Amino acid sequence: MSLAKGKKAKKRRSANERREIMAAYGFLTPNLIGFLIFTFLPVFAALLLSFTEWDLLRPIQWVGLSNYIRMFTNDPTFIKVLKNTLLFVAVTVPARIVLALAVALALNQKLFGTTFFRTAFFMPVVSSSVAVALVWQWIFHADFGPLNNILWILGVASPPRWLTSTQWALPALMIVSIWQGIGMNMVIFLAGLQGIPAQLYEAAKIDGATSWKSFWKITLPMLSPTTFLVLVMTTISSFQIFDLAVIMTEGGPANATNTIVYHIYRNAFQFFRMGYAAAIAWFLFIVIFAITLFQFRNQKNWVNYDI
Amino acid sequence: MKKRLNVENLGRAVLFLSILAASIIMLLPFLWMLSTSFKEPKAVFGLQLQLIPNPVVTDNYKRIFEVLPFSRFYWNSIITSASVTILQLVTCSFAGYAFARLRFPGRDTLFLGYLATLMIPGQVTIIPNFILLRILGWIDTYQALILPNAFSAFGTFLLRQFFSTLPADLEDAAKIDGCSYFGIYRHVILPLSKPALSSLTVFTWLGQWNSFIWPLIVINSVEMNTLTVGLRTLQGQYNTQWTLLMSGSVLALLPVLILFVLAQRTFISGMALSGMGGR
Repeated sequence: MSLAKGKKAKKRRSANERREIMAAYGFLTPNLIGFLIFTFLPVFAALLLSFTEWDLLRPIQWVGLSNYIRMFTNDPTFIKVLKNTLLFVAVTVPARIVLALAVALALNQKLFGTTFFRTAFFMPVVSSSVAVALVWQWIFHADFGPLNNILWILGVASPPRWLTSTQWALPALMIVSIWQGIGMNMVIFLAGLQGIPAQLYEAAKIDGATSWKSFWKITLPMLSPTTFLVLVMTTISSFQIFDLAVIMTEGGPANATNTIVYHIYRNAFQFFRMGYAAAIAWFLFIVIFAITLFQFRNQKNWVNYDI
Repeated sequence: MKKRLNVENLGRAVLFLSILAASIIMLLPFLWMLSTSFKEPKAVFGLQLQLIPNPVVTDNYKRIFEVLPFSRFYWNSIITSASVTILQLVTCSFAGYAFARLRFPGRDTLFLGYLATLMIPGQVTIIPNFILLRILGWIDTYQALILPNAFSAFGTFLLRQFFSTLPADLEDAAKIDGCSYFGIYRHVILPLSKPALSSLTVFTWLGQWNSFIWPLIVINSVEMNTLTVGLRTLQGQYNTQWTLLMSGSVLALLPVLILFVLAQRTFISGMALSGMGGR
């Protein structure tokens, strides 16, 4: 009797389980099909493609590692775009983090007009980079642009020719990218700052700590998980700079603002070197992955999770 | 004590003024865009910095609808962003619910597969996706703009994280009342998840509205341009007509900025929540 009951209960449970499993697959299927077709399989398709040569017209050809070798031995433009992108990341990532933190700290002081300031800093984040790239292209115009007009008025006799100068075009793009990127990091920092318990500051004040000291001893350590998150995301997004380079300079002059993603785009969709472009894309993935991994490994040295 | 208070007030005043100056710098490009779009075409050449146009002309806005089918661009952007957002909300909340609340074999492995692709930059998948769409003959169509973006691993992850934090009590009560899994999803999970759903809505809609590289690749004809590639076309044809380019930029930004100012809190918290991976 008890055995039969136990058996029955078990059987009923497994029927429920089966129902749950069926339901789960039902819920999952639409997304899973799309995910497999447009994300998961293409990743491996791109890997396979990166070992081939294909212009979409002639038959596809297996070429082994030669695309990867070619990047470093037979494509000076690739070396140039790699250098440009690394320099771009090295300048914009710290700037986007430090400036965003400074603004977040200021706005956290409950100043008059905080909502307005937050809106102003966030506006570039919601704006299409194509549209803002167009206005910045105009601002940086060497002869008629407002920026150089101001510099003339300030007495700079020969201001930089910005987007048409091999020396100044990349810095100009960096400025725009920093302007664009502060807002997003700022709101994440603001959320992080609001999570720091006020008692900590009160206690420090009673102990006679200056606000400078509180910043170094309380704010920065307590904020480090947020800073880590911001660092990882800002680095990943900086490596993918594309829109600004296309609209403002088309990668020029003389490849001075050409970037990895732009190089991928050109090789794939202008020169129809599908295999080579896929190889560069995979190379970019490996670089981003390695840097992210390094940041995760390194976080124990400065990120504080247990205060 | 009084002196200390004064120092503090002075500090706050300096802080206020510097943040005000910084905000104005942040806004200047937008003001410059707006001002230039109302200037006469020839007014932009020469040494002048007037922010208020004199005379104010609206010709640029008239001309822009004559030189390119700009209303068509709006329509294409609206169709694309709305479809992608709705499809993502449906497919990602379905999958997120399965991953967060249901038990089935292979769940963790499958979810790990989703997570792993979050690290992969989009540029890796665009080439195979382009080739696939070419084989299907979908280049220059709405489905090319919409379908590849309708099943986001990120959206699934975001909603799964949020659904996992919901208390199990209500779900159990609904189960005892004989509610189906779909009933639980529809009447328990979704109503409790408005913050996460609105985050995904803002994030996806904005991402699609501003998306550039994908439409640039899969769209060839002018009539199928979204606003972003439409602006690029405008730039290609009228690259020295700054007043025209600026009025195009204003038109492209206007809907987003109006929505942003109206629903500022939703936008900022939505973007921040998505940016933080749903934490």
